[in-house]
Amino acid sequence: MSTLFAADEAKRLLDVAIKGDMPDDRGRFGPFGGRYVPETLVPAFDRLEAGVKEHLHDPAFQAEFQKELHEWVGRPTALTFAPRLSEAWGAEVWIKREDLAHTGAHKINNAIGQALLAKRLGAKRVIAETGAGQHGVASAAACARVGLPCAVFMGAVDMERQAPNVDRIRRLGAEVVAVETGDKTLRAAIDEALREWVTDPNGIYYLLGSAVGAHPYPYLVRELQSVIGKEARQQMLDQAGGLPDVAFACVGGGSNAIGLFHPLIADDIELIGVEAGGIGDGLGENAATLATGTPGVLQGSYTIILQDDDGQVQETQSVSAGLDYSGVGPEHALLQATGRVKYISARDDEALEALEELCATEGILTALETAHAYAAARIYAQENPGKRILIGNSGRGDKDMPTLTKIPPRIRS
Amino acid sequence: MNAHERIGDAISAANDAGRPALVPFITAGYPEPEGFIATLKDVASVGDVVELGIPFSDPMKGVSLKWIFEQLDAAKGEIDAPLVMMSYLNPLLAFGYDDLAARALAAGVCAFIVPDLPYEESDDIRAALEAQGLGLIQLVTPATPDDRLRMLCEASRGFVYAVTITGITGGDAGLPADLTDYLGKVAGFADIPVCAGFGIRSPDDVAAVGKHAAGAIVGSALVEVLEKGEDPKPFLKALLG
Repeated sequence: MSTLFAADEAKRLLDVAIKGDMPDDRGRFGPFGGRYVPETLVPAFDRLEAGVKEHLHDPAFQAEFQKELHEWVGRPTALTFAPRLSEAWGAEVWIKREDLAHTGAHKINNAIGQALLAKRLGAKRVIAETGAGQHGVASAAACARVGLPCAVFMGAVDMERQAPNVDRIRRLGAEVVAVETGDKTLRAAIDEALREWVTDPNGIYYLLGSAVGAHPYPYLVRELQSVIGKEARQQMLDQAGGLPDVAFACVGGGSNAIGLFHPLIADDIELIGVEAGGIGDGLGENAATLATGTPGVLQGSYTIILQDDDGQVQETQSVSAGLDYSGVGPEHALLQATGRVKYISARDDEALEALEELCATEGILTALETAHAYAAARIYAQENPGKRILIGNSGRGDKDMPTLTKIPPRIRS
Repeated sequence: MNAHERIGDAISAANDAGRPALVPFITAGYPEPEGFIATLKDVASVGDVVELGIPFSDPMKGVSLKWIFEQLDAAKGEIDAPLVMMSYLNPLLAFGYDDLAARALAAGVCAFIVPDLPYEESDDIRAALEAQGLGLIQLVTPATPDDRLRMLCEASRGFVYAVTITGITGGDAGLPADLTDYLGKVAGFADIPVCAGFGIRSPDDVAAVGKHAAGAIVGSALVEVLEKGEDPKPFLKALLG
């Protein structure tokens, strides 16, 4: 989509983004973003926006957030050098270990931040949506931590393929609401959560799990997830003696990727987002939104979406529930259109192979989502020998065992 | 005369006859695409204005805006009631706003309702619609603050859509107790008719709403009748008492 703007306009918008002036007051990242919400939700979004303005960068809130990140989430997460993978790839590979964060994925950074915000805004209960279940687990845990009741909306298809997480959410004290409408995955879960929010916009706080949707969510989630990139940047300087040549992150809605990339956009680092290539290039066979989509409005935001000529949103396919989404965060749409970040895709089989290679070489069972980033990095390393590569390891793969046990191992028997 | 003014005229005609205007809502091509125009004609023979929904979250195969316009073209001259299209924004965006406005006018559509388009994001489509004399109908809710209510009432064309329960259509809840004050307030801000919608199911509901609003929008209850394969005309006539 780099043809969306003339070159000078792309450069101007990128300069604004690098200066830290995006989104603007109306939640725009250049042309992308905004707030496309029903009138019934306008007062709720107004209140949320005011709450974010008042609290997010308030020193007292930040102190509380940082304390929770340190003492409860377990931050900073490690930066791990991967010697055997480096040797196999002919590269220098460093891994930012969000799998080591409490509950096993980067999702917890956002969940505890928003749960603290919900408390400050006087919410009586929290609702959340989940795809892979990681955000549901993180929300349930964060709500237990701050003492708020929580209900998690989850598509019926996702409940089946992420069964262990359904049980975890319930054991952490949250209710799981099965979503049988629409595509029965993440998109439908978001729709149902929004419907629930409309019924009590004053009492409910909607804890959205990715950097998607209407303003201020893409901004709020980015700010809470940027801890990933800030830590990784400093750790690279301290441990590797310099910044990486290239950084990879998987992209579904894109919260882990924006958390890693945002603090790195001013640096001379190639940034590559990896989407789910599913089983092929055809419409409906993948979730490679940025790679194959077009501009449109989906669930509150003008961004790049998978749609047909009639503007009907396409269903997606991916082995990983967490990447299975027809849209993407609006800031990613801008970073792509300005050429700052390159977005490519990895197919299901490539991701599975990369997952096994990482297990065998470094003893890390990564999430299926994250495995897409490894698959792309591996190809990159072959084409660009000797590079220093940073990979955002967004989560651990224990939750994927029901899927993985159905697939025979390829590398080791 | 602008196309959107036909809506106000139709509502006023009903009110002049001593009753609230009836605004039935149907989803285009639902439950069966083949029956679309026949259903629309039935519904339009009783309703004063017809609200036509475009499938989005659960799209039906073959039921696109293009198809709907072609169907409406074929029935041109056989439907007297002004048509209002309700669609999520993305199919309209994909069609192109200028093309949409011209095409809609030709097919007999007078206004649009776009539930996921708040006023702040509506400049482009509003300009394209108004250039063809079409209107963009604004929704207001009991939770809308007064200053915003005034702004939305001024911006709305055709009628003001007053949401009567804080929820998305389809539930079982009845009319709220403070309906009178709310609808009175909306009518006070609006120079055009106010129609109330969401949760209106029975002749009693229509009569109650009709005391304080110019029209009643009936959606879910009509959909249930159509889903059962029943004739919508007796149901709609009964709503008017």
